[in-house]
Amino acid sequence: MKKKVLSALLIAAMALSMTACGSGNGDSGSSGGDSAPVSDDAEDTEDAEDAEPAGDADSGDLITVGYAQVGAESDWRTANTESFKSTFTEENGYKLIFDDAQQKQENQIKAIRSFIQQEVDYIVVAPVVETGWETVLEEAKEAGIPVILSDRMMDVSDDSLFEAWVGGNFVQEGETCGDWIAEYLEDQGRGDEEINMVTIQGTIGASAQVGRTEGMANKLKEHSNWKMLDMQSGEFTQAKGQEVMESFLKSYDDIDVVICENDNEAFGAIDAIKAAGKSCGPDGDIIVVSFDSVKAAFESMIAGDLNATFECNPLHGPRVAEIIQKLEAGESVDKIQYVDESYFDTSMDLESILEERAY
Amino acid sequence: MNKTLKTITSKRLFLPIFCLILVLLINLVTRPDFFSIEIRDGVLYGFLIDIINRASELVILAVGMTLVVSASAGTDISVGAIMAVSAAVCCNVLTGGERAATEYASPLILGFFAAILVGTLIGCFNGVLVAKLNIQPMVATLIMFTAGRGIAQLITDGQITYVRVDSYKTLGSSFPGFPVPAPFIVSIVVVAATVLLLNKTALGMYIQSVGINKKASGLTGIKAVMIIFLTYAYCGFCSGLSGLIASSRIYSADANNIGLNMELDAILAVAIGGNSLGGGRFSIAGSVIGAYTIQALTTTLYAMHVSSDQIPVYKAIVVVIIVTLQSPGFARMRKAIAQKKAGAAEGKEAA
Repeated sequence: MKKKVLSALLIAAMALSMTACGSGNGDSGSSGGDSAPVSDDAEDTEDAEDAEPAGDADSGDLITVGYAQVGAESDWRTANTESFKSTFTEENGYKLIFDDAQQKQENQIKAIRSFIQQEVDYIVVAPVVETGWETVLEEAKEAGIPVILSDRMMDVSDDSLFEAWVGGNFVQEGETCGDWIAEYLEDQGRGDEEINMVTIQGTIGASAQVGRTEGMANKLKEHSNWKMLDMQSGEFTQAKGQEVMESFLKSYDDIDVVICENDNEAFGAIDAIKAAGKSCGPDGDIIVVSFDSVKAAFESMIAGDLNATFECNPLHGPRVAEIIQKLEAGESVDKIQYVDESYFDTSMDLESILEERAY
Repeated sequence: MNKTLKTITSKRLFLPIFCLILVLLINLVTRPDFFSIEIRDGVLYGFLIDIINRASELVILAVGMTLVVSASAGTDISVGAIMAVSAAVCCNVLTGGERAATEYASPLILGFFAAILVGTLIGCFNGVLVAKLNIQPMVATLIMFTAGRGIAQLITDGQITYVRVDSYKTLGSSFPGFPVPAPFIVSIVVVAATVLLLNKTALGMYIQSVGINKKASGLTGIKAVMIIFLTYAYCGFCSGLSGLIASSRIYSADANNIGLNMELDAILAVAIGGNSLGGGRFSIAGSVIGAYTIQALTTTLYAMHVSSDQIPVYKAIVVVIIVTLQSPGFARMRKAIAQKKAGAAEGKEAA
């Protein structure tokens, strides 16, 4: 009896751990601070199979696009989905078949297969993980359907299995950050001053961390008066960001700029700066900048704590549509395509931007 | 002289304290200013303060974990997940279900109470599985380890829930007019209350006897099932409280990250404190010292500017050294060497 109960519980535990594993894989486009997914929103899942009958897909001159989305894991992801839904409308000449994979690769593979069966014109995938896609991509290739990737890359031996990849350029984000700091210091008349910087890095090895650190390092080389005192990982969390900043403040008396590789770390760093009796933001002693541009970052800028935040743009829809139009016209497209990413600082009308922003 | 040294080194807590001092001594060499403490904005400020402040959650967890280990010869690996759940519950109660709030939707005390209650209830759930159903502790608590964060996500809709009210930050920063960090005070209260409870009643002895021999203590009339259940419930209570502090520090509930990997640190704290993971005799003081040692190590590595990607390596090296120093195998080796030396000396004298 006891053994039976135990084995039943074991099975339950296994099932639970599987769901947990499925959700955490791969690093999300908007860095680790993201909330991972649990929501089992069944209503969101439009199973592609019963979404539309196959015959309908070819009707008229609408271009049919199947989008296999990761799932609803964060504001960033929701905005990404919205971008596709609002771009691929019937008014624009598209028919979008949307599939929510609930963070499971097997669901995405199933969705791609059903897109192939329905003979869609294009398949767009935001892969949950990087590996294990070759077979299903071969199938799509044999069926002659071009595949476009969004956000995360796929690790396949043959590049020709997909047509193009659309996503954020983390190195570029880091460089934009460096340029912004240079300009900001110039405006303050501190362009030639000795500037001490520290970086609170993301989770070491995450693509957002690697790219942003690299981009900033490129800019650091251009300014001989900038000095990077220290870099530590805040693991994309507010708590660690605070702890690391506490230590920085005790180690270095004169910090001019704090670069946080996501917004949440910046919130922690700001608390640590205030607790040490210093001030930050546009009117303070220390300049704090961060990446991602989540909603709370706007609130922090409006409160005068954060100087600037550099965007990780989730609006991939228009760029994918552009690629599809080019392919329709028989033109060739670049394999790697970065979306445009901007930044926000306290000189802008943040409240109205915040109202308009989808995420 | 030699004798006093021997009595000191043979004391149970000698090695854990020695290890803590060893970690701190590294700083004395590399950064003499490590030990300076000043008052800034009416609050104590310095690296040492960081250590006792940041270790608070771990200290509270280690207290609960010590009892669980002692009574059931197993570990509760769900403590980190329970922290996330309690933080999620607290923030959700305080915001009234919103994802961000600038004023309380319900009284602060209600949020605290709900969070600790939920933590204790999950502890009770673990307790029933382990004590009543005799499931192996690691398997039983694995359920909450995996499900806990999921529950926390469900409560917070998978988003970070912010409570932007100044009084909510108190528990994670400092009580007004009081220079010592609030988390430290809370942790000391928990430690003191637990030690008092265990020593002033027979509970401490019961827990040890159940851990040493469940059957034999059952024969003497101790309700082993009840004792084990209580330790898990108490561990849940401690986790709930830690979750509150962690949440108050960041005035939000981050279901993904609050208490992440804390279960491992809590178990390590118990082990570094010289407690056997096989159950039985325990020392709360040892575990508390263990918890401070772990945090001292982290803060030290930050202060020494070790780059992030190398920190785990240094941590591993230090932990290996500490655990080896305290292992029974090493103690035997030491004894053997001492005997050999004594033997050689005697031989010399005889000649």
